[in-house]
Amino acid sequence: MSPVDPAPAATLTDPLLRVSGLKKSFGDNEVLRSIDLSVQAGQVLALVGPSGSGKTTVLRCLNGLEQPDAGTVEFSEGPAVSFTAKTTRREKESLRTRSAMVFQGYNLFPHKTVLQNVTEGPIQVQKRPKAEAIAEAERLLERVGLAEKRDDYPHQLSGGQQQRVGIVRALAQQPALLLFDEPTSALDPELVGDVLTVIKELAEEGWTMVLVTHELAFAREVADTVVFMDGGVVVEQGPAQDVLRAPKQERTRAFVHRLLNPF
Amino acid sequence: MNELAQRLGEYRGEIVTSIVETGAMLGWALLAAVLIGLPMGTGMYLARRGGPKERGWLYSGLNGFVNVVRSVPFLLFVVALIPFTRWAVGTSFGTTAAAVPLSFVAVALYARWVEQTLVDIPRDTVELADSLGANTFQLVTRFLYPEARSGLVLSMTTVTISMISYSTIMGVVGGGGVGDFAIRYGYQRYEYDIMYVTIAVIVVLVMLIQTFGTRLSMALDHRSR
Ligand SMILES: Nc1ncnc2c1ncn2[C@@H]1O[C@H](COP(=O)(O)OP(=O)(O)OP(=O)(O)O)[C@@H](O)[C@H]1O
Ligand SMILES: [Mg+2]
Repeated sequence: MSPVDPAPAATLTDPLLRVSGLKKSFGDNEVLRSIDLSVQAGQVLALVGPSGSGKTTVLRCLNGLEQPDAGTVEFSEGPAVSFTAKTTRREKESLRTRSAMVFQGYNLFPHKTVLQNVTEGPIQVQKRPKAEAIAEAERLLERVGLAEKRDDYPHQLSGGQQQRVGIVRALAQQPALLLFDEPTSALDPELVGDVLTVIKELAEEGWTMVLVTHELAFAREVADTVVFMDGGVVVEQGPAQDVLRAPKQERTRAFVHRLLNPF
Repeated sequence: MNELAQRLGEYRGEIVTSIVETGAMLGWALLAAVLIGLPMGTGMYLARRGGPKERGWLYSGLNGFVNVVRSVPFLLFVVALIPFTRWAVGTSFGTTAAAVPLSFVAVALYARWVEQTLVDIPRDTVELADSLGANTFQLVTRFLYPEARSGLVLSMTTVTISMISYSTIMGVVGGGGVGDFAIRYGYQRYEYDIMYVTIAVIVVLVMLIQTFGTRLSMALDHRSR
């Protein structure tokens, strides 16, 4: 195989992320009962489901913001991390660096400029050379159309612009996997488009991502796989076209129907 | 009026000395607030229930210390601390000795303010630092303090002003200072005008410190204005 041709056949059998038996409870609220999913390199997995079904919790477990009670998370090129009471800090940290999260509420640092928001992780935490991190940040800001906002503070930006900074910040961490948690649900409708365009471009460029969204039309457009969750389990998963157009499970059908015909 | 000016002139030496004494007491107290109170308040924030590094025993200890220091009436506290003061600085009398109980109070006050200021940082910010992979030290120095700095400056202003007030009674252990000057000349020698002039000077000083603190804090605040 030539070096310009990145073996697609191999990536299909070897997922970039494999999650099995993921469990998480808050007190006696069993939020994730047992979640299995896998994401192929270069693919987009859309995670959909009713409010409270645990979608955010899945992303937070993957990003190390929440400690699962049980289950295994495995990135290709890394060790599988099995969560038990004895999971070490180092193991958890090894997962965290593989993914970067784009939050529903943007989560920018209010007292840092756009540029600082983007470079703080790479420079302070990842200890990358400052000049390199800044150059990279400028390039990424440029591509989402925010080059001239680099010295502004978040409150000076619109919601859509803030979320694009949130995306750039995630990209600057150079993760293997991008996690999006309803990236447009806090935005005014007229600002949603810009953010979705950026996400779509990233998908086309070959970024691997897990996207939690209520925008089913968008999911159908960008996602390769759709996972429908309800009640802490995966009810149905498969190619986006199948799950969203012709769901097999009654619960999926009802959910899709409700979102596509809200009135 | 001329006569007052003349007496003030006569006391010039004493006035300068008392200002220096107040400055020394404040200086030590505020230095302790920054060097000990800031880490202590940060520790309380980290260790408190639901905090980023929950440690019940640590929080109870620090919280207990702060509560005790803040709840004992100050004059009693100064007296009760005498054995410790003597052990720590070799004497229980004079300006340096007076700085010891003041420092305790400044540490406790600032620790509490720091804790509250950090609690007010949006949860999102902490979460984001976590998501970026920051360790506890990076979380505090790179993300929490920069976000909280305007609040930290404002609370230091408040502590400074409280310390000016506390320092005025340090005459009881020979601490001297401006307050002691006012009491000795104004109250004990019936030169009330001197006392009122001193009070006016303290009021103006407090107003200047507050204005400076507020301005600095606003300059550091990048949220919507
Ligand atoms: N830190 C927490 N402490 C306690 N309960 C939590 C916590 N985080 C989430 N939960 C609970 O877990 C359940 C699932 O929450 P989660 O946010 O994962 O759902 P979701 O599918 O993302 O919902 P939505 O579509 O509304 O965002 C909810 O019942 C929620 O109350
Ligand atoms: Mg959610």
